Amino acid sequence: MSYLVHLSDILFVLFVVITIMGAYLAVRRNILLMHSMLGLAVCMLGIAGLYFFLGSMFLAMMQVLIYVGALCVVLVFGIMISYTPSEINRRQIKGKHMPLALTACGLLSAPMGVLIFNTDWKVSTVFPNGDIGPLGEMLLYKYCMAFELISIILLIGIVGSIILARGGHVTDDKASVSMDEH
Amino acid sequence: MLNNNIHIYLLLSVFLFAAGCYGLIQRRSFIRMLIAVELILNGAGLNFMAFSRFTAAEPNTGRAFTLFIMGLAATEAAIMVSVSLSVYRKYYTVDPDDVKDLKL
Repeated sequence: MSYLVHLSDILFVLFVVITIMGAYLAVRRNILLMHSMLGLAVCMLGIAGLYFFLGSMFLAMMQVLIYVGALCVVLVFGIMISYTPSEINRRQIKGKHMPLALTACGLLSAPMGVLIFNTDWKVSTVFPNGDIGPLGEMLLYKYCMAFELISIILLIGIVGSIILARGGHVTDDKASVSMDEH
Repeated sequence: MLNNNIHIYLLLSVFLFAAGCYGLIQRRSFIRMLIAVELILNGAGLNFMAFSRFTAAEPNTGRAFTLFIMGLAATEAAIMVSVSLSVYRKYYTVDPDDVKDLKL
């Protein structure tokens, strides 16, 4: 039993370290954009492992599917289409305001760290079960309105991004001309 | 048992939030800003999950909200990528500082 406890501790520390290193890689200076995207993917994998430790295997699977599977692919498409060679040369001089940014982030996060350690959390010792049946019922009954709103927002977002990324009317005219020719 | 310690999860989500803010303030390109925003949203999701595991009476509430956060993050990423594509088509750059005309 104690062997298993040690194993889970090791896995937990591993996931925490993966998350921290991935987040660091994602926002590091002087790094290729594709590498920082890979750092984001690694960070998301670590967070999926932490969701597993928090008792929800379903959320861990969703994290891997949505973030690592879908979002990073979208990011790769964005990088491949809009990433110019001049961007690669410019990456040394980019990344400005570093001391100011570090100060701002420290000022933002230090009070939160103080609060975390000074609050008496009433921690429950019961480990929640990972059933997704109650979660689905909750989504369709209690939070039905929010669920539908999220789906409407997704639809609007998809339509809007298609319209934005489709380009101007020039391609439309060319397409109609080529269709007339055939 | 390290994984029953709420402080680790909360500190990790604070770290994710701070790293996201750092990347967002530096604003080197649209895609990097998008990556930073994803880090911030994941910090929020980890916070929801930690509180629903440790302090909430009904653990499924935090999970539902984490799912909502994931859906919103996916939508936002799609819109941001298409905006950066159309900006790149017009200006041939992805640096937010070079785009100051306020017309597309």
